Amino acid sequence: MSIFLERETRVIVQGITGKMARFHTKEMLDYGTNVVGGVVPGKGGEKVEGVPVFNTVKEAVAETGAEATLVFVPPPAAADSIMEAADAGIRYCVCITDGIPAQDMIRVKRYMYRYPKERRMILTGPNCAGTISPGKAMLGIMPGHIYLPGNVGIIGRSGTLGYEAAAQLKERGLGVSTSVGIGGDPINGSSFRDVLAHFEKDDETHIICMIGEIGGPQEAEAAEYIRDHISKPVVAYIAGLTAPKGRTMGHAGAIISAFGESASEKVEILTAAGVTMAENPAVIGETIARVMQ
Amino acid sequence: MDIHEYQAKEILSQFGVGIPQGALAYSPEQAAYRAREIGGERWVVKAQVHAGGRGKAGGVKLCDSDHEIQAVTENMFGQKLVTHQTGPEGKGIYRVYVEAAVPIAREIYLGFVLDRATQRVMIIASSEGGMEIEDISAESPDSMIRAVVEPAVGLPEFQCREIAFALGIKPGMIQQMVRTLRGCYRALRELDATMVEVNPLVLTSDDRVLALDAKMAFDNNALFRHPQIMELRDKSQEDPRESRAADHGLSYVGLDGNIGCIVNGAGLAMATMDTIKLAGGEPANFLDIGGGATPERVSRAFRLVMSDKNVQAILINIFAGINRCDWVAEGIVRALRDEPIDVPVVVRLAGTNVEEGQKILAQSGLPLIRATTLMEAAERAVQAWRADTKRNPNLKVV
Repeated sequence: MSIFLERETRVIVQGITGKMARFHTKEMLDYGTNVVGGVVPGKGGEKVEGVPVFNTVKEAVAETGAEATLVFVPPPAAADSIMEAADAGIRYCVCITDGIPAQDMIRVKRYMYRYPKERRMILTGPNCAGTISPGKAMLGIMPGHIYLPGNVGIIGRSGTLGYEAAAQLKERGLGVSTSVGIGGDPINGSSFRDVLAHFEKDDETHIICMIGEIGGPQEAEAAEYIRDHISKPVVAYIAGLTAPKGRTMGHAGAIISAFGESASEKVEILTAAGVTMAENPAVIGETIARVMQ
Repeated sequence: MDIHEYQAKEILSQFGVGIPQGALAYSPEQAAYRAREIGGERWVVKAQVHAGGRGKAGGVKLCDSDHEIQAVTENMFGQKLVTHQTGPEGKGIYRVYVEAAVPIAREIYLGFVLDRATQRVMIIASSEGGMEIEDISAESPDSMIRAVVEPAVGLPEFQCREIAFALGIKPGMIQQMVRTLRGCYRALRELDATMVEVNPLVLTSDDRVLALDAKMAFDNNALFRHPQIMELRDKSQEDPRESRAADHGLSYVGLDGNIGCIVNGAGLAMATMDTIKLAGGEPANFLDIGGGATPERVSRAFRLVMSDKNVQAILINIFAGINRCDWVAEGIVRALRDEPIDVPVVVRLAGTNVEEGQKILAQSGLPLIRATTLMEAAERAVQAWRADTKRNPNLKVV
């Protein structure tokens, strides 16, 4: 069993009638993902790529038994869409949208705590490439063909850097159990630590690859968690050794504003927790292969 | 987005925070006039630039007459103020704020930030006002009071009172302090600020609580719902290249090296910079061209990178997910045909439609250096830059 996503998992796409959402719905269907519907308020009854569109998530869940959702809704309404999914009983939500106001995300996270833990939706993202369990299903915008099925669990803040790691693994014939994008925003649904906990319990994952970057406390929190709770080997790479302090490097969350937030400090903290560091982005695959032997 | 001190004060005062009487001036004459309007015997004139550390850099002066104000501001207007936050090029002074001097009894630090560990708004207060927060946390960490705001409820009065008593504020002034704290929080919350800093917040000898300095930063992602905040943007305080890039949906940060970078995705862009450094070069910039890299975007990125005179080679690294390599390749070819550039260009494409992309590059007849891996791309870019530097002995080698 993979974390978050199985071949059978029934998936809906919120905002499915948008141009990019249509394109990626087709890509997901082609990959074999069980996309059963979409949600766009006011467009219920239409069809996109052969799947029915509903007005509300509740309706989509009632009609299709949807368990997971991909949010493709523009930033002003994205937070609302995530809350709608949480309230409709969706189990797993990936939000692709880049540019959601931080206060909206604070509200989303607070809202999700209304539900007891066993019924609480898991959110990854926003501002991420999504989640893929190669050979099974893909909930996101990644190019599916660069991932081989296998036993490496990937967690990353950056989409394209995650692709880079998967491609390097494929070159060596190594595959991925699940790759999870947690996104580049300062307020995100799941942290490295949250996803690490899932990978620790996952039989298909034998080794975990963490791809972090400058800014925020989540890599350091993960280091502590790895030291105390993770028995599987962890390989990590941190981007941004050459990034200047106090400047936002593209991702809203990629800014060094406190101690422990620079790449070199994160490398030091992770190394001390027993994590094997890939010293540069070109050797992520190589380092994982070495640790797996 | 950052705003000026006087703008932050105006906003905070609308939310019930006390501020000294003050007014803005665009010339020395106007500054002197403003002082007469405000009245009193002592004034503080403050250069309005988007940076901290103005006092130490000479951007804040205490004056005793309108003549003195005129003389002092003659030396401010049009000058660049260089503080420890501006970088060596400094920031231009085009506005000056004139304020009535107040009798200070105590200075307090007050900050509201988005705390990434709790993923909520955190209040930081300290009795060591006037010092910068970095210095407070290094020199007297025990003076720091932290409180996290529950987002569903907002900031309740009891939490404000706890902070006020912890700061040792006398009972008669607690209510003013509560109003100040709640005002700052409401301003942050309602206007989507990412930071409100009042440093110092002063208690005056006549028992008033006043924001003597104020700084606010806003969430760029939320500006769409605050047009009145967007109007406060002051482009004179921004790096022209970075603001032009932002206007076109590109994320650019200028650096000191010679190898220009055009990359999709912030993480990959940082990783590309790191790899260039590892290969013996120095990146000239961070540039994320984002998801939908159309040919127009690519050519804009070229122009942006080439507007930095230090750039002696360009490395393009695109891993296409949402993008397609053939689009990107077309963009590169079209941009270089329209505006040929005289530095070597290394291109590395990977991901969706990579074969089509490579074919377009190969058939273009342009002198592009192609690479398949990230390391190879960085090495070739550094080699090309070195070779180029040899051909041009006048160019400096870092």
